[in-house]
Amino acid sequence: MSQHPDRGSSRQPPLRRPQLRVNPIACDAHGLCIELLPELITADPWGYPIITPGPVPLRLQPLARRAVAACPTLALMLTSPPR
Amino acid sequence: MRGSAVPSAGRPPAPGPRDLRLIVRDEPLSLAEHTACYGPLPSGPPDLLIAEVERSGLTGRGGGAFPAGRKMRAVAGARGPARTGRVVIANGSESEPASSKDGVLLSRAPHLVLDGIALCASAVGADRAYLCVGHAAGTSDRALARAVAERAGAGLDSVPVEIHPTAGGYLAGQESALISALNGNAPVPTFVPPRPAERGAHRRPTLVLNVETLAHIALIARFGSEWFAAAGTPGTPGSALVTVTGAVQRPGVREIPLGTPLGELLHRCGLIKPAQAVLTGGYFGTWLPLPAALTVPVSHEGMRAAGASLGPGVLAVLPAAACGLAETARVASFLAAQNAGQCGPCRNGLPALAEALNWIAFGQAGPDIIGWVEQLAGLVAGRGACHLPDGAAGLVRSALTVFAADVQAHLSAGPCARASGPPVLPVPARWTQ
Repeated sequence: MSQHPDRGSSRQPPLRRPQLRVNPIACDAHGLCIELLPELITADPWGYPIITPGPVPLRLQPLARRAVAACPTLALMLTSPPR
Repeated sequence: MRGSAVPSAGRPPAPGPRDLRLIVRDEPLSLAEHTACYGPLPSGPPDLLIAEVERSGLTGRGGGAFPAGRKMRAVAGARGPARTGRVVIANGSESEPASSKDGVLLSRAPHLVLDGIALCASAVGADRAYLCVGHAAGTSDRALARAVAERAGAGLDSVPVEIHPTAGGYLAGQESALISALNGNAPVPTFVPPRPAERGAHRRPTLVLNVETLAHIALIARFGSEWFAAAGTPGTPGSALVTVTGAVQRPGVREIPLGTPLGELLHRCGLIKPAQAVLTGGYFGTWLPLPAALTVPVSHEGMRAAGASLGPGVLAVLPAAACGLAETARVASFLAAQNAGQCGPCRNGLPALAEALNWIAFGQAGPDIIGWVEQLAGLVAGRGACHLPDGAAGLVRSALTVFAADVQAHLSAGPCARASGPPVLPVPARWTQ
């Protein structure tokens, strides 16, 4: 897996940044998240999302929130790491 | 099995020198014999037991190796009214086909497990307790029910223990699958969170511990954490039950101090030489080559350093006459068939992975197939709600490494003669469609 392009470059400390997570049971491979956030989500050979691990960079967080909202099965989530 | 005699009635053994004593004889101990052997069920403030288990360093013996004390503390401290309404689940499902240690423990020392349940129920504040038992185990539900009734007669358990038969299937014994079944749903893993300690059976904070872990807790409560840790290594204290199968003259379940060199254990079981490799940790496990692995300590840190894991303590020795690729292909097919069909990457990837490996083991495959197998292993690992895909990927990867010479031979000249020999690793036919 590749590193985030701009990890650590913003004012939000990386450990506080939310992470993307998919509930694989709920996911039905609709693929909207892959369309909306190709920077962090790619498709596997069967159309299921592969999420780049690690915190979501600040500049991608609006897109990440959009992808979460667009998921028809509510499988995609942004989780804040425990403090 | 160790054959130390049951000490004379009424005189519990002194706590130390550290003896291995989960199983003291090959017959079940009645409640009277159990009490004579180990002493009465101790009682004390709940916090003390949790602290003692934490100090002991006991880790879960079902395969996950999570610190047992930390699990207990999480359930005791879960949100909600303090120390009430929790659930304790003793996991004796033993869905791992090559494992028989939980069944042996339940059939020989049922009261040690039931003591552990009673102690944990009082420590975390449970008012319901389940003992989940698999079909593969050498235990009869009736014998266990008798043991439970014996204790009820003696007024021993404040929380009644319900015996719950675990559904068939490799995943049914997984912690979240057990909870799902107890909640009246399908016996398949669920998405975590919520963790069982937060919301488990009946939506209550739930402590799930393997039956062997509970038996260790019953001993720690009696003899203390120092006694427990007098066996084992600083990284993996205590003793453990292991199941040794395959190319040994005396297969079966043994209790060993953790850290015992693998060679010493296999020698004691009558290792049949020359053996090729040993599968450690069950079907979620790793192949290690022999004789190189004989020096590996059977402990969590020893196995980890060798790139393997102890898992639920399964050690299956591959004889010289068997084909490691054929064995792994059969297990991969089994694991693929066991997937619950819930998660896309696993539902699609595991059958593809098993098929590719079967081509290498039994068919005519080109050299490109190795890259495909590696790609599939990478695609499934870590992408399920449970660890089935990770386990299958790890097993297959280790097979490609340990049996690399066989892979080359199969790819250039077709399946070896050993591939058509009888299977060594058991694959329960009743669980496959």
